[in-house]
Amino acid sequence: MKIVNIVVLVLFGAVLLFASLTLPPRGDAKAPLNCPYSPANTPSASSYYAERAHEDAHTDNMVTVILADYRGFDTLGEETVILTAALVCLLLLRRGGSKNGE
Amino acid sequence: MSDLFTGYYAYVFVFVLMMIGVYGILVKRNLIKKMIGMTIFQLSIILFYVAAANKWGGTVPVLDARLGTPLASQYINPLPHCLMLTAIVVGVATSGVAFALIISTFRRFNTLDENELLEKMRKKDA
Amino acid sequence: MENRDFNCPIVLLISRMVSPFIMLFALYIIFHGHYSPGGGFQGGTMLAAAVLLTRITSGYSVSQFQFKTALTMPLGAAGVLIYWGTGFSSLLLGKSFLNYSALTVFGSVDNAHSMGILLVEVGVGLAVMALLISIYDDLFAGEPIMVKDNE
Repeated sequence: MKIVNIVVLVLFGAVLLFASLTLPPRGDAKAPLNCPYSPANTPSASSYYAERAHEDAHTDNMVTVILADYRGFDTLGEETVILTAALVCLLLLRRGGSKNGE
Repeated sequence: MSDLFTGYYAYVFVFVLMMIGVYGILVKRNLIKKMIGMTIFQLSIILFYVAAANKWGGTVPVLDARLGTPLASQYINPLPHCLMLTAIVVGVATSGVAFALIISTFRRFNTLDENELLEKMRKKDA
Repeated sequence: MENRDFNCPIVLLISRMVSPFIMLFALYIIFHGHYSPGGGFQGGTMLAAAVLLTRITSGYSVSQFQFKTALTMPLGAAGVLIYWGTGFSSLLLGKSFLNYSALTVFGSVDNAHSMGILLVEVGVGLAVMALLISIYDDLFAGEPIMVKDNE
């Protein structure tokens, strides 16, 4: 059983190392991640957010503006995830109430 | 050759961390050690996104008044940082629920070893 | 539940002295999320860390003076309610959900966006602090009960 695990691990590592060499080099200005315009000649999302954050929200920190203004709906869903996780912990390990299983 | 090194050393480091995490999940038998492996795996994914959002010559994505009107090439990509904040918080929530499940399992079966747990669960069903 | 892991006076004194300063710095991080790296999630986690420091070093019953356990779930729900409330108030004032330009009570449009972001970050910080302390208290409470094998 352990041999199968170790063989799977080595294969996974080999696939990852091969795939990491086909990525564009990190920090390249011509990579599709960093181009200010997409191939369809529309402005890409991150360059729009970086250039318009100050004039839209009068705020210096671009990451906070993206998190709370441009993508505020995702932050709302994530806060609900934390609330759900705390509720699940409360229900599983009932705090101060009846003992487990009796 | 040094271009190859500066372009890819971060990715190789992150993938080594990822393999350490998967080793912890697959090979270790204790449930707490599997949890540690899963946490290392999540953190390596977060580091990968944050490291890939770099631009040589760009600064922190907080507006610097000395640079004039902001151009996208002067600041590193802020979008993966925002997505990874969400990912960190989801990882914390997942860890909390996983620890609650581990405590419940220990209270029920009195062991945390994977093979003994499978034996006891098979005996309970049979 | 009077188990105190640290009876050493150095650890007790330093943790009781340092915990309010950690809370003050965390409040700074929440409110200066506009101008420096920071924001709601980071500040909320540090607030939770300040309370958990007292819970670990000074014991469970002594640290109830700093933050009661029964207060965590209502405060967490209140934080989430602040976020949803900001969204719904934009809806009630005429624009779409979570559109901060409907909050014209704060002045011009980009000022309204800035204050809307601040409200939302305060709600997030409060919720994250209370819910992380709640998760820790759930994991800590109660002794493990041994179940016999022939049940």
